[in-house]
Amino acid sequence: MSYLRLLQLAAPETIVVIAALGLLSADLLALRGLGRPVRRIICALIACAGCAAAIGWMAVLPEQANVMEGMLVVDPLTRLVKIGLLVLTVFTVLLSVETDFTPHVGDYFALVLFGTVGMMFLVSAEDLLMIFISLELTSLSLYILTAFDKRNAQSTEAALKYFLFGSVAAAFTLFGVSLLYGIAGSTNLGEIARAAASHALRVAVGEDGTVRRLIDPLLAGAIVMTVIGFGFKVAAVPFHLWAPDAYQGAPIPSAALIASGSKVAGFFIFAKVMTTGFAGLEGSGAWQAARPGWVPLLAVLAAASIVLGNLVALVQCSVRRLLAYSAIAHAGYMLLGVMSGAGPGLAPLLYYALTYSLSAIGAFGVVSIVQQRAGADRLEDFAGLSRRAPALSFCMLIFMLSLAGIPPLAGFFGKFYLFSAALGAGGPHLGLLWLVSLAIVMSAVSLYYYLQVLKQIYIAQAPAAPGPNPAPVAEWTLVVLAGGVVALGCAPGLLTESLAAALRAAGV
Amino acid sequence: MLLLTGLAAIAGVLFSWNLKHRAKEFFAFYLVLIGGVYGVFLSFDLFLLLVFYELAIIPKYFLIAIWGSTRKEYGAMKLALYSFGGSALVFIGLLAAYVTAGAKTMSLLELARYPFAQGFQLWAFPLTFVGFGILAGLWPFHTWAPTGHVAAPTAASMLLAGVVMKLGAYGCLRVAMTLFPRGLDEWGFAVLGLTSWRGLLSLLAVIGIVYGATVALVQRNLKFVIGYSSVSHMGFVLLGLLTLNPAGLNGAVLQMFSHGLIAGLLFAVAGRMVYDRTHTLELAQLQGMQLGRLLPFAAVTFVIGSVASMGLPGFSGFVAELQVLLGAWRAFPVRGALAGLGILVGVAYSLRALQMAFFSEPRPAMAGSGAPADLAPISVPERIGALVLIGASLLIGLWPQLLLHLIAPSFASPLFGELLKGAGR
Repeated sequence: MSYLRLLQLAAPETIVVIAALGLLSADLLALRGLGRPVRRIICALIACAGCAAAIGWMAVLPEQANVMEGMLVVDPLTRLVKIGLLVLTVFTVLLSVETDFTPHVGDYFALVLFGTVGMMFLVSAEDLLMIFISLELTSLSLYILTAFDKRNAQSTEAALKYFLFGSVAAAFTLFGVSLLYGIAGSTNLGEIARAAASHALRVAVGEDGTVRRLIDPLLAGAIVMTVIGFGFKVAAVPFHLWAPDAYQGAPIPSAALIASGSKVAGFFIFAKVMTTGFAGLEGSGAWQAARPGWVPLLAVLAAASIVLGNLVALVQCSVRRLLAYSAIAHAGYMLLGVMSGAGPGLAPLLYYALTYSLSAIGAFGVVSIVQQRAGADRLEDFAGLSRRAPALSFCMLIFMLSLAGIPPLAGFFGKFYLFSAALGAGGPHLGLLWLVSLAIVMSAVSLYYYLQVLKQIYIAQAPAAPGPNPAPVAEWTLVVLAGGVVALGCAPGLLTESLAAALRAAGV
Repeated sequence: MLLLTGLAAIAGVLFSWNLKHRAKEFFAFYLVLIGGVYGVFLSFDLFLLLVFYELAIIPKYFLIAIWGSTRKEYGAMKLALYSFGGSALVFIGLLAAYVTAGAKTMSLLELARYPFAQGFQLWAFPLTFVGFGILAGLWPFHTWAPTGHVAAPTAASMLLAGVVMKLGAYGCLRVAMTLFPRGLDEWGFAVLGLTSWRGLLSLLAVIGIVYGATVALVQRNLKFVIGYSSVSHMGFVLLGLLTLNPAGLNGAVLQMFSHGLIAGLLFAVAGRMVYDRTHTLELAQLQGMQLGRLLPFAAVTFVIGSVASMGLPGFSGFVAELQVLLGAWRAFPVRGALAGLGILVGVAYSLRALQMAFFSEPRPAMAGSGAPADLAPISVPERIGALVLIGASLLIGLWPQLLLHLIAPSFASPLFGELLKGAGR
């Protein structure tokens, strides 16, 4: 394989890297003398142009290749997820244009793009080494992005927590990878699955003649380590402790990126590692009929995330912390998609992750505008927003209701799709019914805290006089996001059909 | 049911004619609510039904929380959470049915044809029935109803009592009972003398009737009286549904219609005609005001409404409750008798409210704090709205065949075949 061909396959990532380097040098060489708003606008334009070019490249030149046994897999599915990631990045960039928290404008936008490149490689990887490297590229960018607001002690604290937890999780992942390499002699996911199926499963015959399949302790250890690493990445309980601080302390566009793009990429690769790398070791999470494997493990994580996330969110008074706990709860719902397996579960999982990300970015955007005006993000700061900024409030209404899963918004269809897949995955016996019921009941609980935010916006009396809107670009971005949430909710086929087609083409 | 929704909605608009505070938003939410309700009644696809059912929750919250009165935020949140909780139960049941049947469609007709296993139906039925029943004010999940009704603005409480509670009953009949007819069968064992969900739920319905009526008897607030009376009347609907015989079912549907009209009327009088003019609904304060003389039209309307609600012959309530009682008598005699007792108490609380609110003599001690003299006269839109509702109720009362002709054939459809067969067992 020639290098030119390799470059061609990795062109989207290359374009984004070039855009990042370009805006870094432009900021360094040409923009020093200009005011910060102008620099932000120019850098954002370069970043958006880079993302758009990468999207265009993938849309125009559909490739299909598998470079070096899973180091870089290019197929319709990864292409679709990458396009989704780039769109989310564009929205993040647009929201950053009007937030003034740092003099290092070029560095900031370049890091956003580097983080995105990491996610894109992550999505394309089917090899544990490559997965680990891109995971680290993403995480390191996100740590720095979290710490970017240097005047704010909270931002630094959040970044430090995120970094410490993250590096411990990375160590776990690496340990898991080394165990897997020891078992399989390869870091390719497919090889690992084959080796695990042939060597590490022992068949034990009980005294009464029943045959039970046991998982080798070494392999079980590897599975647990891997789950810990990814569980941290997607903020599942009990590896969630960094999330509330990071969401609250980080500059808002960084938090939006952590909540959206990084979630989508994290869940995609989580599902891929579990369903491809540990195929055949699913076990069963059915109530009173559990069999060992990774599904019952994830079931416990999901149940804990759903319960803890929703219940703790009830008592939050900072909207960003509230969103963080709601993100933990949503991570629990999405774990249901991972458990449903690659065939039935991947399309609902991606639909849910993408639409959730749209709502989450949107909600953070509204918080950002409110925070610029009021100086904080407590619930009281939202009081009477509908009188001051009707369009903004209506967008927030849509995002919150979509997160709560109210029809006809995207969140409702996402939940329906995800839960029916999870229920169907257990076969005709509805094995995961207990978990799905828990998720549905807890999503009813979640309506309370989403309504708390909306109550402040629509019902509480406004204490302050209306001021001019400080962020027109962000507001238009939010309107587009809200439109997207409504459109995907009313016509889910827009996304599900292309997902289904991509899955078929990818042979899942 | 569409007819009912239309009637109640139009009357609701007429009764909020002079709304001034954020009027555009009010009617926007109002129309979304009505759209959701229409959607539920028109959907034969369970997915769409669920969509519209949940769609109707959010506008209710905002209608009450922004334009309501007494403890509006509490009432609104309680209502929203109860409704969403109920729909969550329904969601679980329907999802399970969808996945079990393995169908590629959620059409009710398709799913109803699938023979669900007996054991499955035995847990899925109570889940969906109770889920919908929460919205229909099934005891002991009724507590959202009085607080919600009291807090809501007039048009919203008319819709709530008149139509939204019917959504629940409609869902019980159309979804829970047609999809899982075998869920009503015997458990095969007895707990406290109850041997099936049918027995348990009908007992709850009767408790709802009697409890609602007796609690209404001691309320101090006019709207609370009407709110609890709604719980009582909806108990009749649920009881009628569970009798599983034609008389009971017809009666239940008729009662849904009739209660929609009457409750709407009563809430209109209390909320719009009385509260907007006197700014109180406390019976003790109303006692001093001699409203019977000051607002004759309101008084007459309320008398008609109460009489209809007591179930006096000539009004729709009579025909409906009679049919339900007939059906109940055949199915479970003791509970039928208890429900009849509920009607008696109903007469008592209606008369008490009527007497205290409109026709009491001013007590000497309260003479000083008597009514303000400048009560605005009843306006034309209010009169029209009231007359529409009264007219419809009278029409059904005097000529029930009009509706029964529509209702009876629909029970002959194959959807209900399994259900009625089940009653014979």
